Amino acid sequence: MQPMQHTLESFLRALRAHDVRVSPAEAIDAHRAAAEVGYGDRTLLKDALCVTLAKSAEEVDTFDSCFDTFFARPSSDRTQPPKQADVMSAPQGAPDLAGQLLAGDEAGLAQAMEASAARVGAGEIRLTSQRNLLTRRMLDDMGLRELEAMMQALRASGAPRDEALAERLAERRAALFVQAAAFVERQSRLYASETGRRMRDALLARQSLTSVEPEDFRAMEALVRRMAKRLASRYARKRHRAHQGKLDVRKTIRRSMGHGGIPFEVVWKTETIHKPKIAVLCDVSRSVASAAQFLLLFLYSLNEVVERLDAYAFSDRAVNVNDLLDDEKVDDAITLVMAKVGFKPTDYGRSLGDFLDAQGSKMDRRTTVIILGDGRSNYAEPRLDLMRTIGERARSVIWLNPEPETYWGQGDSKMDAYGRFCTVAKTCNTLGQLERIIEDVLRTYMSR
Amino acid sequence: MTAPLTAGSHAHPALASVDTIIAGLAGVGYIASRRIATALFMSTHLQKPVLVEGVAGVGKTELALCAAALLGLPLIRMQCYEGLDESKALYEWKYGKQLLYTQILKDHMGASLSGAPDMATAMERLHGTGDLFFSEPFLEPRPLLNALREPGGAVLLIDEIDKSDEAFEAFLLEMLSAFQVSIPEIGVIKAITPPIVFLTSNNVRDLGDALKRRCLHLHIPLPDQGLEEKIVAARVPGIEASLRTELVRFVQALRTLDLRKLPSISETVDWARALILLHAGALDAELVRETLNVLLKFEADVVAVEPRIGELLSQGA
Repeated sequence: MQPMQHTLESFLRALRAHDVRVSPAEAIDAHRAAAEVGYGDRTLLKDALCVTLAKSAEEVDTFDSCFDTFFARPSSDRTQPPKQADVMSAPQGAPDLAGQLLAGDEAGLAQAMEASAARVGAGEIRLTSQRNLLTRRMLDDMGLRELEAMMQALRASGAPRDEALAERLAERRAALFVQAAAFVERQSRLYASETGRRMRDALLARQSLTSVEPEDFRAMEALVRRMAKRLASRYARKRHRAHQGKLDVRKTIRRSMGHGGIPFEVVWKTETIHKPKIAVLCDVSRSVASAAQFLLLFLYSLNEVVERLDAYAFSDRAVNVNDLLDDEKVDDAITLVMAKVGFKPTDYGRSLGDFLDAQGSKMDRRTTVIILGDGRSNYAEPRLDLMRTIGERARSVIWLNPEPETYWGQGDSKMDAYGRFCTVAKTCNTLGQLERIIEDVLRTYMSR
Repeated sequence: MTAPLTAGSHAHPALASVDTIIAGLAGVGYIASRRIATALFMSTHLQKPVLVEGVAGVGKTELALCAAALLGLPLIRMQCYEGLDESKALYEWKYGKQLLYTQILKDHMGASLSGAPDMATAMERLHGTGDLFFSEPFLEPRPLLNALREPGGAVLLIDEIDKSDEAFEAFLLEMLSAFQVSIPEIGVIKAITPPIVFLTSNNVRDLGDALKRRCLHLHIPLPDQGLEEKIVAARVPGIEASLRTELVRFVQALRTLDLRKLPSISETVDWARALILLHAGALDAELVRETLNVLLKFEADVVAVEPRIGELLSQGA
């Protein structure tokens, strides 16, 4: 393989680490593109690779930053090159590294660093925490130990000339440390940052929704949006499904008119797939509020798939929060919702009544009702009759409860009683569970 | 995977390098950024279609029109919509003509079969005539087939591919990767000269990976001040330089606001034309307020911007 081709392969690997999918066929295209434009003109190469590899606006941004980082020449920090008089020659038998350092041989050092990096596998870096270790290994490979031994020997000899030499070496060694750290940092940015993010996401998906640390909020939000997007792209497309083998007689006859009644064109029956209508009733009392926030965020991010979303929030009375959610950004809206209805003693009976009054007439066989709450009603009348009505009218009722199932029905929890009228009653306390449940809802509509 | 570079349309001198493409496109009134020109360059050299994305009015369709004008090739345009299928995109049988021929055949049936000594020979003859009905003379070509049959090559514009169904997208794959189509009754039809294909998308839905993989991807962003001024100069030659700078600066300031639909290049150009019609020499708050509906397409946006016109005008200056 040509050296430049090898470099291109490493670049493709860096792109893959940044979530730009590069299939083998695209890799071939990239090589052809590079062969077509050559490596001489940097901008031309960048643009040519960009059009072959990046497949969306976000990927173009990722590509640009990746290209710039990857093909960045390590900037030499030293402002002035060593003056001729300044250059000390290394004594006989000194290690190569000492020679290069003393001669100020930047190119040689950079080459040695690249070679050592390849030997210790700096490109395989997966976690940012590996940086120090890798830097150390790389320097060892370049001959740092020999250099240090030599410096010790020089200092021990006591001669002023040797002292000065050791001093100079120490100075250059410090600069080398900085360069090596920067080099590994670049490798880590290229190859490790995304793996780290993926690991954090996997952790967050398992994190309990009711105890999200404030510093994780942004990351959780981003994760929710990504999950929603994934679901949306899977379910947004289908609108019609062909019925297998059922002839649409009326349409076939109508189309045959143009050909004197001979049915050249046969029309098969199709079935329109309805998007789900979802009505959500969220408990926003303190214990479940943050779970409610992520549920709403999730559903709103699904707007491509969900035709109509009616959202109600309650603690003692249910209030329609559609306007707030429409007008404000979701995160602001949640705060406003909390200010409006939050922090009051929960009353499930009255809230269900409010919900049914407002939503009852709109509820039909296409509506899925999602209720999020712990089912703890402070010993107020639970109004199971209302719950029964909701269960009968809606296509399905899904109750998400942040509490584990063993707690249901204990103390003031009426969850076991409510659960009887639900199509599904599930514990939902992590984003992972949330995604799975919403996906189940969508699937019952979209594909059977 | 792809045939080597063929002579013909792609040997056009304007395609020699990225710079000649930029100059050539400028000659037909399209100011292209380097990345746009590179995409066209790679497309012709690697023989791959270009998928052009970007917000409405940023010059996606225009790029195909101007590329056709530059290369002197016929432009074949296909607008996509939900429910578009291969009978409208690729080919259709001429049912009426087939019917007519059936009638004629019926009359001559007796005569042509009378000479047959036995049943088997008669069937044989009948089969021969039957195949006639599904042959090229009965084929009604639609845009895709036309593009393949153009002897000197063509520029094929598949507009708003995101509006078509997933099934149609899958149907396009063969056409886009091998520049050929399979017609069950006839066989495979290969392009005489591979056309230059542009697909445009407004991101109504995400396109499938299979389609994206077969295309080069070009995302056209909203232009910066310098590029947009050049575009306005090319499109509206009659405008004074000072007014041009001023109006582009205002539009650029407008794009920093949080609006429902940001004005794109086509709006800027329309606005410049409107200002010329009004014989405006410079921008002032009154003039902007009166012509704001050219730039902004939503009432809510107009209402949001109106009180801030003065501020936006001074911001640019």
